[in-house]
Amino acid sequence: MTATDDDRRVDPGSPAVAELPDTEKLPEAVSLETEEGRRLAAQLADEKARHARKLLEVRDLSTQFFTKDGVVHAVDRVSFELDYGETLGLVGESGCGKSVTALSLTRLVPDPPGKITSGEVIFDGVDIMKLSSEEMRLLRGKRIGFIFQDPMTSLNPTLTIGFQIAESARLHLGLSNRAANDRAVELLSKVGIPRARDRMGDYPHQFSGGMRQRVMIAIALACDPMLLLADEPTTALDVTIQAQILELIRSLSDEFGTAVILITHDLGIAAGMCHRVNVMYAGQIVETGVVDDLFENPRMPYAWGLLDSLPRLDEERGSRLRTIEGMPPDLIHVGDDCRFAPRCPYSRDICLEDEPQLTEREGPDHLARCWGTEPGRAWIE
Amino acid sequence: MIEPQAAPAAEPATGQALVEAENLKVHFPITSGLFQRTVGAVRAVDDITFDIRKGETLGLVGESGCGKSTTGRALIRLRELTDGVVRFDGVDLTTLKRDQLRKMRRRMQIIFQDPYSSLNPRMTVGSIISEPIETHNLASGRGKLERVKELLALVGLNPNYTNRYPHEFSGGQRQRIGVARSLAVEPEFIVCDEPISALDVSIQAQVLNLLVELREQFGLTYLFIAHDLSVVRHISDRIGVMYLGKVVELGPPAAIYETPAHPYTRALLSAVPIPDPRAERRRKRVILTGDVPSPANPPSGCRFHTRCWLYERLGRPENCRTDDPELRIVQPDHRAACHYAEDAMQSDVGVAHIGAEPIKRKAFGAGPGAHKPVADDSVPATLVTGVAPDEGTGGGTGGSGTGGAAPPE
Repeated sequence: MTATDDDRRVDPGSPAVAELPDTEKLPEAVSLETEEGRRLAAQLADEKARHARKLLEVRDLSTQFFTKDGVVHAVDRVSFELDYGETLGLVGESGCGKSVTALSLTRLVPDPPGKITSGEVIFDGVDIMKLSSEEMRLLRGKRIGFIFQDPMTSLNPTLTIGFQIAESARLHLGLSNRAANDRAVELLSKVGIPRARDRMGDYPHQFSGGMRQRVMIAIALACDPMLLLADEPTTALDVTIQAQILELIRSLSDEFGTAVILITHDLGIAAGMCHRVNVMYAGQIVETGVVDDLFENPRMPYAWGLLDSLPRLDEERGSRLRTIEGMPPDLIHVGDDCRFAPRCPYSRDICLEDEPQLTEREGPDHLARCWGTEPGRAWIE
Repeated sequence: MIEPQAAPAAEPATGQALVEAENLKVHFPITSGLFQRTVGAVRAVDDITFDIRKGETLGLVGESGCGKSTTGRALIRLRELTDGVVRFDGVDLTTLKRDQLRKMRRRMQIIFQDPYSSLNPRMTVGSIISEPIETHNLASGRGKLERVKELLALVGLNPNYTNRYPHEFSGGQRQRIGVARSLAVEPEFIVCDEPISALDVSIQAQVLNLLVELREQFGLTYLFIAHDLSVVRHISDRIGVMYLGKVVELGPPAAIYETPAHPYTRALLSAVPIPDPRAERRRKRVILTGDVPSPANPPSGCRFHTRCWLYERLGRPENCRTDDPELRIVQPDHRAACHYAEDAMQSDVGVAHIGAEPIKRKAFGAGPGAHKPVADDSVPATLVTGVAPDEGTGGGTGGSGTGGAAPPE
């Protein structure tokens, strides 16, 4: 009935799949004389090559929307990496570009008005910007799973959930109808839907919000993807149901070694789920770091202010919360300045004149975009 | 300006109830068939009793469908009661006639969740805020305009925005307009129905601070409805936790958050994400299985027993299935509706993170190099943010006493 204890969380910074296959031991274990041995060796070498690189490398990705009011710079020269099996948070307020970033990664930006104007996205060694749309479609279905905020609009109301789950297993894994159905039942019980076989013929409206989100997760996992893109997967849900869904995503990603990009506005969720976090503001990544380090020692005032503006359950009750005054800029009129400068209590002249870059800070993989903490120049303590 | 309504014989001491709900029930009929026969009822609020003391903020938390919003509306008679009594300052609202109720309504107001749908898009901000002033004949002509400007300044908006329309404002600013409208009639009691849930994180803190400042300035009494437990803890003097139409626990924040006596409260607390990676790892989580049952057909006995972790842990005691537990006193000023509240209090579920070292950060916006941010040029003129709340409220000081918003001079 209940699951207590969450000590099985992995140590952040050492992702779950960090155990690299050890090819050094190979000669003892298998003989290269046999075909089986050669196959295994090749497989292990392949595994090793994989782990030497990243699952996802994003470089200078820009996405713009061409509207009648002007060009909206929704995602502006975003670069980041994701390890195999890692859970990365993409955190920010509405309109900061976190969802458009996810759509751009999979080339799902509505065109027109949107367009990916520059950048490279290397997924498992393949530059997805160079793929044909057919290849892209296969990649999306098979290698990348999606979970969206509102399961009601992303499930087809006229098809049974059994069909919707089995569909991708049939298309992408080439399973027969019967095998695909069995797989669907297995997935449904895996995501915690009771009496899975009986519910295969039910339609989305026959499920509650939390259950629908479980169905979405089953569809996303149908082909054993390497990457799960979860865009505010629990925002529409109540807090106890949210805990169920987050726990499910966490345990499934551990079990299958699936990497997760978790898009959320809730810093608490990022704290509990992610190994690393990218904080976005006005279309740019403004800070990135390992979760503990970033939460304890934010080096960009927006990330800092956002963390400090939250009332917390585990702190003394105060009478006044710290706030970030003002609101985010529109993304049409962007200039060569720090986009947070007008709201920043630490800004100086240089912040309005020159755009800071994402540069290294103390701490593991900690980068920030701020003149005030830029090494050699820093004036923020 | 307007004097408070005929004051009670003696000025009530703090601690006296301003709003009292007694055996409050709100049921919505379920109809079926050609003749719309009533075949059942959704028991949205089912027999709850509590009070809100003068000058107090009572927080009401619970998941969607637990009846917290319906309760808030029933308290100011925006929803008719199925049964029970609601008293405001000693007057039974359920027996009031239309006219009397309208007069009474001046003393109680509501702020809605969605700042997009709760403001009429065809009305200017000036007319939105002055409407209640006209309805209650509080001011007219120049005086009315002055009052509107004063209210705008009070909530941290530019007083010259009276001729603008809601779409010209951001979500946070619209919520400020909603607050100004509710303050226009100088109420004593405001139902805040999830006032910050629809806002972005950095804006939530701004509006929350505004509500706290206004409460202190005018001695307001709030019913603060929210699903976010950390927000409720921040603003409330006492907190009620609701589940399936019932109040299951009621007490001051320290009791609710440190020694919760209802297994549901503990489960809720353990589910709230904490923005501290270390605390998150230390937590002892209870993940409730299943969904909230339908309020049209609530479980027998204790309504929570179908999802209760304590019920399972205690070996499924029979009285949980058969007897509906009363909201009883477990500590001074702390009530819980659980047969096994004492056992619940012994557990560390939901509170395991308390007492451990929280993550420490330097305070944002303080320290060397900090200053007040400059005005934002990149924001279009229509969206320039209002003055900071603390600057705005500077003009309207002196409003002491029972809900008298004093003019700036």
